[in-house]
Amino acid sequence: MNELAIKDLLYKLADDQLILGHRNSEWTGFGPILEEDIAFSSMAQDKIGHSLAFYTLLHELGEAEPDTVAFTRNANQFHNNQLVELPNGEYDFSLIRHFLYDNAEIIRFEMLSQSSYEPIAKVAMKLKGEVKYHVLHANTWIKNLGTSTEEALIRLQSSLNEALPYALGMFEKSTYEQELINAGVYAGEEAVKSEWLKRIQAVLEKTELRLPDLKSKEPKLGGRYGEHTEHLQPLLDEMAEVFKIDPTAEW
Amino acid sequence: MLTKEDILILLEEVKDPEIPVLSLVDLGVITGVEVSDKNHVTVNMTPTFAGCPAMDYMKKDVELTLEKHGISNHTVNMTFDKPWDSNKLTERGRKHLKEFGLAPPPKYDLILDLDILEHVKCPYCESENTTMRTPFGPTLCRSMHYCNNCKQMFEQFKPL
Repeated sequence: MNELAIKDLLYKLADDQLILGHRNSEWTGFGPILEEDIAFSSMAQDKIGHSLAFYTLLHELGEAEPDTVAFTRNANQFHNNQLVELPNGEYDFSLIRHFLYDNAEIIRFEMLSQSSYEPIAKVAMKLKGEVKYHVLHANTWIKNLGTSTEEALIRLQSSLNEALPYALGMFEKSTYEQELINAGVYAGEEAVKSEWLKRIQAVLEKTELRLPDLKSKEPKLGGRYGEHTEHLQPLLDEMAEVFKIDPTAEW
Repeated sequence: MLTKEDILILLEEVKDPEIPVLSLVDLGVITGVEVSDKNHVTVNMTPTFAGCPAMDYMKKDVELTLEKHGISNHTVNMTFDKPWDSNKLTERGRKHLKEFGLAPPPKYDLILDLDILEHVKCPYCESENTTMRTPFGPTLCRSMHYCNNCKQMFEQFKPL
C-alpha cells in the first residue's frame, strides 16, 4: 500500500478532530446551560484524544511527534474540512455543526473498523464506541429543539442552511481515493456521504427542520488540500500560543 | 523467578485516580502481563476512553509500583490491540463502583444500544425508574442520571 495515501487519510481524520475539539473547548465556561457546557467540554476532550490516536499512528509512520504536528503547522498544511474550523457562532450553529459532523464521523469509524490497514482498524474500532455518545447527544438535542419554539426552529433552520455547504465539503475526495478503496483501506467518501444523508434525514424527519435541496448547495471544497477560510489561522495561533513560548517544556 | 500472577497481585495496588476504590486490574485496562526468561516484565494497558487524561497518570503509577517492588527491568505499553469495553470490568470492580455510589455499566451482548441508558438502575435504591440527564458527566467515563424514586442525582460509569 502507498504510504502517502495512508498518511493523507490519517491527516484528514486527525486534523478534523483536533480542530473541532478546539472549537468545542471554546464552549467551556460559556455553555447556555451547565450540562451543555460540560457536554461540549467533554466532547472536546474526546476529540483531542482521538486526534492524538491518529497523530500517534502518523508518528509510527515517520511523521514528527504528535505535539509538533499539532502545534507547529500553518493553516495551509492542515487537511481538515472547512466545517470544523468555522467559529462557534451561537449555540444553534454549534449544535447543527456537531449534528452534521458527528453523524459523518461515526460512519467513517464504522467503515474504518473494517479497514484492511490494521493500525487504523484497531483505533477506529475503539473510537466508534466513544463517538456513539456524541451522536446520541447531537440527535437528542436536534429532536428536542427541532420540535420546540418558533425561535428555536428559525435559528436551527438558518444554521442548517448556512452549515450545509461546508458539511458537504467533509466528503471532498482525496487524491488517493480510488487507491484506498481498491486496497480495502477505506470505503471512500461517496459511501460515507450516502449513509450520512440517510441518517441525518431520519433524525430531521422527526423534527420541523428541513434539509435544503442539496442541488442548490455548492459544497465548500479545498480543506483537504490545505485551502481554508480566514478563521483557521487565528485558531491555530491561539491553540499553539502556550506551546510556542517554550516548545521543549516538560508538562 | 516472578510469575504473571505475582505481577497481577502487585498491580492490585494501583487504583483509578478518579475512582480510588477501583483497581486497574478490576477496571479491565491491564490487557496483558508477560515475564520473560530474563525476568523482564512487560505490562500492556489500554485506555478506557482515548481522551482520558488519567491514562498517563495510571501508566506512570504502574511503573512506579513495579519499581517500588524492586522490578526495574520493565516495559509498560499503552495500546489499542485489545481495546477496552465496559464488559471488561470485573464483578468485584462492579461491586466496588456501586459501593462508591457509581452505577456500574450494564453488561451487553456484542452490540451496545445506548437505549439502555434510559433506565439505569439507581445505585442507592435499586429502582429502574430513572432518567438520563446527560451522557456527559464530571469525567469522560460517567453519565448523569436522576432517580425518580429516591429523588437523587446519580452518576453511572458509562457502558462502552
